[in-house]
Amino acid sequence: MHNVCAIFRREFTSYFATPLAFVFIIIFLLLAGVFAFYLGGFYERGQADLAPFFNYHPWLYLFLIPALSMRLWAEERKSGSIELLMTLPVTVWQAVLGKYLAAWCFAGLALALTFPMWITVNYLGDPDNGAILAAYVGSFLMAGGLLAIGACLSAVTRNQVIAFIITVVVCFGFLLAGFPLVLNLFSGWAPQAVVDAIASLSFLTHFESISKGVIDLRDLLYFATVIATWLTANVIVLEMKKAD
Amino acid sequence: MIEISHLTKRYGPLTAVDDISFTVEPGQVLGFLGPNGAGKSTTMKMITGFLAPTSGTIRVCGHDVAHEPLAAKACMGYLPEGAPSYSEMTVRAFLEFIADVRGLTGERRRSRLDDVISRLALAGVLEQVIETLSKGFRRRVGLAQALLHDPQVLILDEPTDGLDPNQKHEVRTLINAMSKDKIIVISTHILEEVDAVCNRAIIIAGGRILADDTPQALASRAPSGRLDDVFRQITMGIKPSHSKQEAAHA
Repeated sequence: MHNVCAIFRREFTSYFATPLAFVFIIIFLLLAGVFAFYLGGFYERGQADLAPFFNYHPWLYLFLIPALSMRLWAEERKSGSIELLMTLPVTVWQAVLGKYLAAWCFAGLALALTFPMWITVNYLGDPDNGAILAAYVGSFLMAGGLLAIGACLSAVTRNQVIAFIITVVVCFGFLLAGFPLVLNLFSGWAPQAVVDAIASLSFLTHFESISKGVIDLRDLLYFATVIATWLTANVIVLEMKKAD
Repeated sequence: MIEISHLTKRYGPLTAVDDISFTVEPGQVLGFLGPNGAGKSTTMKMITGFLAPTSGTIRVCGHDVAHEPLAAKACMGYLPEGAPSYSEMTVRAFLEFIADVRGLTGERRRSRLDDVISRLALAGVLEQVIETLSKGFRRRVGLAQALLHDPQVLILDEPTDGLDPNQKHEVRTLINAMSKDKIIVISTHILEEVDAVCNRAIIIAGGRILADDTPQALASRAPSGRLDDVFRQITMGIKPSHSKQEAAHA
């Protein structure tokens, strides 16, 4: 456990050693605000809720989360520090978990810094704060799911740009898994059960059901499974090819 | 003690390390000599558990690297080729991180940190970001990291590569000072280094051990009594045959 903590601390502080942390947080807050106020019509709707704010989170994450995850392992490979890390007395799981949790906490920090939105909506009206809290939880879980995908794909390559692009594409697929764009690829030839299974993998469906204010055990289980699966894949990728 | 038996590593059709066996006892400073691509780094990467061998076993301090990797890694200090580190960290933060992972706490942690910082003369750059350091200092940070937990076994891959003559001398003095009860394996293609620090030399080329002796005994094999003549004599023999013919034509 203390190894996970040590790797977590190193990774988390490394975000702040470069301008990455500040650039990421500022862009995230800026875009989240722009989307909510202009595209979402936060004022015009005349309703005291944060739906126009949370509705755009999946699309914001689609590009910002891969930017956060792309460096996790690709950079270790590029700089050769993976050789140092993997010859220290830590297991691959400890390294994967420490790094992943650091990235997730960082994403959580950026999300928490959107609290002025919550203050604003409480000042303007009388919103359902339970629903808002649930939506925050949903958004945080979705970020965790996308980050797990990104962490695994970052371990595949030593090139951060490739890691970014592949992660965006795979995340896009997962976000839209329940929609015709993705389902039409399969409905022609795959049996209905497979199509249904793919449809149930959609991040968006699960996120939307949580952000309505209902934290269903199935949705939590869904995100937990996604994260566990991708982190396991991350460990397998690293064990298969540690070098190059 | 390091015990290596029938170690082989293949990359597809290429055999990087071909059925090598040897043991290293405490007190030995083993120089791993060979031309570029001889399999030196690959062997070291397997000893330290970074690469898995295709076949063969490695035991370090009695622990099988494949089956008890953590115990084996805990008793080793390793300087990988090129001394990689986390370049955005300061020297102090980096060493503190290594101390965390090595499980050093309390008084021992403080004394070990002080010891490596003074041995490698890092006091002046502790607050500097590693990225901004010169190559020599980065190498020293890598050495400090390897020495931090005072390991029984030290594996140093080209520890003096890219250092200036003074720095090379310092690193050699450091290795000599530590050599009494430890096992030290260094790889190099600088032959004078073997003379300066090693009491045993293994010449490896094409993934096979071609000679295993003391540097003095090896040197006496050549009429000139010089180690580099022996090295050339031994390692040229296994080069692809056309290069030998070219040399003959020239």
